Amino acid sequence: MAPGGENVFDIGIVGGGVIGSAIAYELSRYNLKIAVFEKEPDVCFGTSGRNSGVLHAGFYYQPGSLKARLCVEGNKIMREWIRLLKVPFKATGKVLVAFDEEEVEELHKLKERGEANGVEGLEIIRENENVEKICPGVKGAIACMYSPATAIFSPYLLTIALAETAHYNGVKYFLNCEIRKVEKENGIFKLKDENGNKYECKWLINATGVHSADFSKMVGINDYRIYPCRGEYLLLDKILAPLLKMPIYPVPAKKVGGHLGVHLTPTPEGPILVGPSAEYIEDPEDYESTPEVMNKLYEEGYKLWPYFKRSDVIRTFSGIRAKPVPPGDTRFFDFVIKEEESIPRFINLIGIESPGLTAAPAIAKMVRGIIEKKEKLTPKENFEPRYLRGERFEELSEEEREKKAGEDPDWGEIICRCEKITRREIIEAIENPLGAKTLASIKFRTRAMMGRCQGGYCLPKIIEILEKEYGYKPEDFQLHKEGSWLFSGRMREND
Amino acid sequence: MTERDVVIIGAGPAGLACATKLKEIGINDVLLIERERKLGGILNQCIHDGFGLHNFKETLTGPEYIERYLEKLYKLDVEILSDTMVVNLFPDKSMILSGPWGREKIRAKAVVLAMGCRERTAGAIWLAGTRPAGIYTAGVAQRLMNIDNYMVGNEVVILGSGDVGLIMARRLVLEGARVLMVLEKLPYSSGLPRNIVQCLEDYDIPLYLKTTVKKVYGKRRIEGVEYVRLDDEGKPIPGSEKFVKCDTLLLSVGLIPENELSREAGVALHPVTGGPIVNDTYQTNIEGIFAAGNVLHVHDLADMASMEGELVAEFAKKYLEGNLPKVDSWIDVKAGAGVRYVLPHKVSRKIDVNFLFRVSEPSRNRYIIVRDGNRIIKRRRVINLHPAVMENIRVKADEMKDASSLEVMVE
Repeated sequence: MAPGGENVFDIGIVGGGVIGSAIAYELSRYNLKIAVFEKEPDVCFGTSGRNSGVLHAGFYYQPGSLKARLCVEGNKIMREWIRLLKVPFKATGKVLVAFDEEEVEELHKLKERGEANGVEGLEIIRENENVEKICPGVKGAIACMYSPATAIFSPYLLTIALAETAHYNGVKYFLNCEIRKVEKENGIFKLKDENGNKYECKWLINATGVHSADFSKMVGINDYRIYPCRGEYLLLDKILAPLLKMPIYPVPAKKVGGHLGVHLTPTPEGPILVGPSAEYIEDPEDYESTPEVMNKLYEEGYKLWPYFKRSDVIRTFSGIRAKPVPPGDTRFFDFVIKEEESIPRFINLIGIESPGLTAAPAIAKMVRGIIEKKEKLTPKENFEPRYLRGERFEELSEEEREKKAGEDPDWGEIICRCEKITRREIIEAIENPLGAKTLASIKFRTRAMMGRCQGGYCLPKIIEILEKEYGYKPEDFQLHKEGSWLFSGRMREND
Repeated sequence: MTERDVVIIGAGPAGLACATKLKEIGINDVLLIERERKLGGILNQCIHDGFGLHNFKETLTGPEYIERYLEKLYKLDVEILSDTMVVNLFPDKSMILSGPWGREKIRAKAVVLAMGCRERTAGAIWLAGTRPAGIYTAGVAQRLMNIDNYMVGNEVVILGSGDVGLIMARRLVLEGARVLMVLEKLPYSSGLPRNIVQCLEDYDIPLYLKTTVKKVYGKRRIEGVEYVRLDDEGKPIPGSEKFVKCDTLLLSVGLIPENELSREAGVALHPVTGGPIVNDTYQTNIEGIFAAGNVLHVHDLADMASMEGELVAEFAKKYLEGNLPKVDSWIDVKAGAGVRYVLPHKVSRKIDVNFLFRVSEPSRNRYIIVRDGNRIIKRRRVINLHPAVMENIRVKADEMKDASSLEVMVE
């Protein structure tokens, strides 16, 4: 199948987050014309850029469920994807700590469930001393469950790498493109964005996360509802990194539907996450930080791991879960991933909350399976599975760094002092293949402005590069969303 | 690996003064490293005046002040490596340098830390609400306006009354912005009294003490803030919340000495100052690593940072020549009642010391006292004390030679 016309596609994926981009990457192996429509100026501005970045093992979820199966499968495929896509990753393992006998009992149940799900290597450790041996710093726990299959990685760099590699393999990304209208005529989906631009596609995939129920409604399916559930985080200075070897989780609370509880998670780059909280909110994009929750995160995080001070916090932020259950409902709800019977070739993905990130590769393959039932997919001969970007400078050996810096001045000039990001890396981020051009896009791609000074040093330098090398005018500078302008103009004309 | 006698990291007011002084007193192998192309550090963006009152007996702008040192520096032919960042500093005083010219490892006999400080950010103060564009720290806004020619916004609320924020309040008004208010959570301003008068009062900008931002509004650009009065314990007073529309929030909520390199080298830091713990020769716990200027403790005047740089030059020279006093037992200097911190933290009792300190709260008609247990070593009457103003008291080696401990306090 290869319909003609510039805005005519075989596959239209709405939502360019980690799920949409994983599907795009997976489908770009085949001779298909694919488009991804992302309403934000970049692919990781929603939930995909705002979570714990944990590769889950899969012991939380009900045996036989999609969540369990896709998480365990996703955990395996993701390791391969991460290697191909050069995503920062650490095979840390993880501990769940129990402070009383009731919680120990819960750990045993989780272990059983995990084993039923096919999770390997789960181990319950009783003596306090061994708990500390595995995870130094956990005080007062009477037991823990160690999960060697759990790992940490960068969720936003995964999303970016998936999207950019999909793009390299021919997927067309439309950024700042919110689909406002969907109609099906003669078996073809006709889409219209907020600016009146029209697109056509044969298959339509709803990967809009917290907006998935609304989008589904727009297409004509009224069966779903999403209850946005906000999770706030504190981000701690990476000075503490050597003290936390792996994620530390409490035994999950039964109160809030499937909420894993406030935990501490290292990130591959060093800073530690405390959180998330769980709070149902009205607005699916209300990324607020609230004093009450920030204090609660500090207290609960400190209980688990008393090694940080309030002054170690370098940033607070929040992300939003696409929960399919209302507040107070503790029933298990599974992912919905299916072609809707009443609207053929419309694939709905609803309620892709945790472990959606881990499951993303398996979800993508499942979506491919659905399409394969109706379409003959022929592999692309020149598919490039690897992310074609250079190595991260900080990951190189000092000898290699010296060599690179000697060859190219842009490798020698450090723009971000906290994360030691070079001018070359900033330039590569600015020249990203998707054409994303906000300050946040540079931040997510390089880590500049993410360190302890939060851009105090590098922001003006990045501004200067954008102005001098790329001709940016004051009005071109946007922090993230459209309308997030940085400057109201010049101080003086023609300085 | 190249070996150098002295490497100074940072060419702000402290580093520049240290480098010139070292040359003047006869140390030839001095390397001054600066990460920016231009020397002078943050003073390059300080186009207001008030610099040099102590050191040059006249009031200069930041760039003019720097120019005075540069003239000397060039005359003395100090070796400068600008556009160069020290990316690692190791306990053996070797370091990795990186710049457009390449990357290299060198080692120094003596290192002077003069990296200055950085600003506390929105995250560091747990600023509540959304994360829109238009929230700047005062120093970043200053740089964007004064060097890069960008207007950062039109209707401005300033949180925190640190000096940079006060200076920027005036600057923004002069550039046509409306500065609606300055909010300060403490019962007194944390900026210099002269800046309160010259930057706020002269421009009718209200300063609300015991008030802070409760919440930031706006998803794209900031649309306003809700501010709230605080009680005597610093807790928000319910019902006192008010909303003010603005498109810009400037943060002037404190400076943190920039000691990431120091820490990597194993330099012990002080919990209150955030800078290295130093003895009366301004040497850190790592032999041959000295510190001066804002990297050591945040100064209110650039002049004082320069003077510290010159003082350190003298000690570094003595260190290189093996002439620092031999010390068997250091005694600790404690911050006593009414004093937030005092510097240096350890003394040998073999050299005269000018103790620098900050008080905890504003007060009038007090005595500054240096004592050894119950024995008063030194006592001086002062009319006005303010946390924003650094105080000092000199004690001669003789006066403290029998002391077993030292405490600086206010009574």
